[in-house]
Amino acid sequence: MVELSSNFLHTSFILYLIAIVFLGGAIKQKKGINRNKDEKAPIAGKIGICITIAGFISQLGYFITRWIAAGHAPVSNMFEFVTFFSIMFVAGFILFYFLYRSVVLGLFTLPIVLLIIAYGSMFTKDITPLIPSLRSEWLTIHVMTVAAGEGILAISFVAGLIYLIKNIDHSKRTKKTVWLEVIIFGITTVLGFVIITSIFAMTGYKSEINWVNKEGQVEHYQYKLPPLLGPNEWELQTENRMEPLIELPAIIDAQKANTVVWSFLIGNVLYLLVRLITRKRVGQLLQPLVKNLDKDLLDEISYRSVLIGFPVFTLGGLIFAMIWAHIAWSRFWAWDPKEVWALVTWFFYAAFLHLRLSSGWHGEKSAWLAVIGFGIIMFNLIFVNLIIAGMHSYA
Amino acid sequence: MKNVKCECGHVNPLGTVICESCGRAVGENSKTNDLLDMRYEGTARRSQVRNQTIIDKIWNFFSSVKVGVVLIVLALIASAIGTIFPQEMNANLDKPANIYYEEKYGWFGKIYYLLGFHDLYSSWWYILLVASIGVSLVICSLDRAVPLYKALKKQRVPKHISFMKRQRFFNQKTVGNTEKLVVLAEELLKKSRYKVILDHGSLLAEKGRFSRWGPYVNHIGLIIFLIGVMLRFVPGFYVNEQLWVKEGETKVIPGTDMQYYLTNHKFLVEYYSEEDNEAYKNALEQKGAIVKNFQSNVTLYKASEKTLPGKNPELIKIKDDEIRVNKPLTVDSFSLFQASYKLNEISSMTLALTKKETGEEFGEITIDLTNPKDVYDLGNGYLVYLMSYFPDFVIKNGEPATNSPFPNNPAFAFKMVTPDKPEGEISFVAIQQNLEPMGENQYKMAFKNADFVNYTGLIVRKDLTLPIIAIGGAIFLIGVAQGSFWQHRRIWIKEDNGDLFIAGHTNKNWYGFMREIEKIFAGTEIPIPKDQGLEKEKKDTTNQGVDSVG
Amino acid sequence: MIILVLLATAISYTLYANFLQKNERVGAVGELAPDFVLKDLNGNEYQLSDYRGKGVFLNFWGTYCEPCKDEMPYMNKLYAEYKDQGVEILAINVGETDLAINTFASKYGIEFPIVVDVNGEVQHAYNIYPLPATFLVDSEGKIVKYYDKPMTEEMIREFMEQIKP
Repeated sequence: MVELSSNFLHTSFILYLIAIVFLGGAIKQKKGINRNKDEKAPIAGKIGICITIAGFISQLGYFITRWIAAGHAPVSNMFEFVTFFSIMFVAGFILFYFLYRSVVLGLFTLPIVLLIIAYGSMFTKDITPLIPSLRSEWLTIHVMTVAAGEGILAISFVAGLIYLIKNIDHSKRTKKTVWLEVIIFGITTVLGFVIITSIFAMTGYKSEINWVNKEGQVEHYQYKLPPLLGPNEWELQTENRMEPLIELPAIIDAQKANTVVWSFLIGNVLYLLVRLITRKRVGQLLQPLVKNLDKDLLDEISYRSVLIGFPVFTLGGLIFAMIWAHIAWSRFWAWDPKEVWALVTWFFYAAFLHLRLSSGWHGEKSAWLAVIGFGIIMFNLIFVNLIIAGMHSYA
Repeated sequence: MKNVKCECGHVNPLGTVICESCGRAVGENSKTNDLLDMRYEGTARRSQVRNQTIIDKIWNFFSSVKVGVVLIVLALIASAIGTIFPQEMNANLDKPANIYYEEKYGWFGKIYYLLGFHDLYSSWWYILLVASIGVSLVICSLDRAVPLYKALKKQRVPKHISFMKRQRFFNQKTVGNTEKLVVLAEELLKKSRYKVILDHGSLLAEKGRFSRWGPYVNHIGLIIFLIGVMLRFVPGFYVNEQLWVKEGETKVIPGTDMQYYLTNHKFLVEYYSEEDNEAYKNALEQKGAIVKNFQSNVTLYKASEKTLPGKNPELIKIKDDEIRVNKPLTVDSFSLFQASYKLNEISSMTLALTKKETGEEFGEITIDLTNPKDVYDLGNGYLVYLMSYFPDFVIKNGEPATNSPFPNNPAFAFKMVTPDKPEGEISFVAIQQNLEPMGENQYKMAFKNADFVNYTGLIVRKDLTLPIIAIGGAIFLIGVAQGSFWQHRRIWIKEDNGDLFIAGHTNKNWYGFMREIEKIFAGTEIPIPKDQGLEKEKKDTTNQGVDSVG
Repeated sequence: MIILVLLATAISYTLYANFLQKNERVGAVGELAPDFVLKDLNGNEYQLSDYRGKGVFLNFWGTYCEPCKDEMPYMNKLYAEYKDQGVEILAINVGETDLAINTFASKYGIEFPIVVDVNGEVQHAYNIYPLPATFLVDSEGKIVKYYDKPMTEEMIREFMEQIKP
């Protein structure tokens, strides 16, 4: 059953890959889909959407089979949650496709979804039994709802990103072009993380390193990437392995820092390659793809997705979370970092909705906000789970 | 407030932008031909009009959306700062805070502590920030909701032509049978669940007005939520205590005013095995033991009479229960949550009086560490005197002493009296240590066995503010849904001498509105409105060929 | 307008209560000392309110608390002195074994009553954790002082004077 579930996931990955090709083809066909529609959509686009839906169903297959195998909703560790989030992301896209018939939304959504699935796969896939605090129907309710909310909000990110690529003047280097490239760079860093982790995992690289912590006690790391950054007073235990180049003080988690540095390096390499080969900024590179789009529609999609996603996120990420926290931990709010960052996300989108009351904030400013909002969600997912300590520490 | 007279003769309050009666623009707006600003139906709001006294200035400050946004962003940033280092209340400090942060995080930690960020969320300025948001919620809602409600309630159907022309959706067409078309429109609109009112050749179709109140409903929800939070500080509303109970022990439940008692019969921990689910194999190999469940089997009692600390009243049994995570025990307005536990504290030790040479044993004594006796008579002239007992043995100033009352490291000073040694031999026994301070002994106390006991760690909670907070949250969600998932749509149709005019307005989702109108009037002679807002923007942008989304 | 005043009041109260909560730690000075009933090692009951009309030097202690050991001789001496002047000493052990308490009491020749707070309920009522902790209770049953540091003989004498009826 577990294998079947894996197969479903792999199938969906491939299906999305194929769908991207078709959706890309649809853009090329100059006949676009009108705002005031009912015009016939280009055939490539339709096929692309059908394949996307097939991929989505395959992902649901992964989800259901894994649920059966594990005996509990598969949203209990980093791999499971990230994968489920990707499912909700696609669901959000499908919802908005049927609302607005935007094919280009899918063209940008799916690669990001692929990246998210890949990122999630970097974490342990073992089916882990639930510890007592997770043994509750609220695991299912809270986590699935918040992922759904975040999936819908993610659509605003994609629409906003497309808007920026289209709208920014790429002819000269400005603050805006730089920041857009920074966002692109963030995406390539994730890609870098996936690539480098996969490569070394395939070779089975392991390096045991002992080190001394702040209290003077000896601790142990198992490095899965060559240690560019090593921990305090390191001692290599495995033979024939690279020695750390830089030694970090004990208060920094050297293994995690090492992973981050590797991701940045590879991301950098990828990004520079693209820049060197194409001699353009990535934003510039992508602009012709989106030249003929209706930016008001993009703005509307970005806004509407927040409008729909915000209540769902509030319900799942705050209300259900608080109810469960009360039942499990006796208090519904303890200013735990994850809780705080969910609140920060909530504040942010509330500010977004209020700013949109003034029409000066429509359009490009709103697109930047949508991108930042997604950044906050990702921060909560990545940094708070993995780096900041608290009751929600995962992976 | 002074008044503004409209061309149609109606007198409007000062600050009105759109005439309440006919819809003409009044004031400065009447000079241009721009699209009307339909916010709040163009009515006069207090914050736009009054600005003299200090009360007005405070009111206007908190009523502003800009100010609200700034407050939200400040709260956002402040909250994020509190996650840089663990908060004092969550961190289980083993040292006082002023030392801890500097020691663990260096100079950065020191600054963090000095600025008070280690206890950010109960600091006065954070509370003030949240309170300001609360004030803003109250004032901005009152400032807008009241005029909006009045305006929508008494809106009149016939609107002046200028009103209609200056709506974002507008069109006009010269047709013959305008009356018939208006009747047709009424029919079609009613089918789409619009509420239609006719008045002197004018038609108003309205749908979804309730969604306008969404934002104000959700603000009320937030206000109730904040009130609930504030009530926590009122004595009696909130109790939060810790309760540690040993197996076999009965203790009063703190915070219940000595009314309730709890007996811990047994505390147990269960671990997963592959038998639970073969899919767990990998995870169990990687991680070793994973806890499956831990629970306290307890009995809850009520005191039969009011009692004082230290007195043991007669107890009436209420119920047996098993407390585990996600399943608290509730009684009255109190709840007991399974929070933590401590395993294997030594509860008793059994030692045997042994002759060293022969290994012969002359009897065993079992020392109950909660109540050790001072002498144990083994019969036949064999006695063991317990001279001293140190639960948490440590040497202080060269002498044996105890660090705490908890049996973390039990040590005993015995005097063994035997028929052949009636004056007794002194032996000092600790874990892995046997000292004979008076010279070599013939007898010793040999460790045979120990019994252990578990502690359960419970949290006692009473929170009368919960229902209020829950209601606040629920109302908030209803309001958000109300405002986000529906829109307030209106269509005006007017006929005048063979001309048919149509105008439309919605507060959200113009795109969807247009699609709905197209669907309703498809195939009829009724003109579909043009989106004047869109076209205006289009004139400004270049290279717009086909408006396509790909 | 009224609304602003109401809001301001609510907020001030919240801030004030928050501040109070943070600083409240011990059985409050100025309040009535929480009444209790505890037994000594012979099973005799002692109730605090029975001491009305006399001053009570309430001392929480443990055999593992170093300063407590130092204070015991002083307390013993002054107990005898002030007994006729209407000031009593009541020493509350935090719940150690009879054996430990007996050994200790014999070693220091303690005369004043020692009662045992078996379940920790009295400690909870007085909201204390660190030892030693001494509460001075006057003849009307009110707490006039809380002291949590080591005491010299002069200090104890001063305290006894303070609560003479």
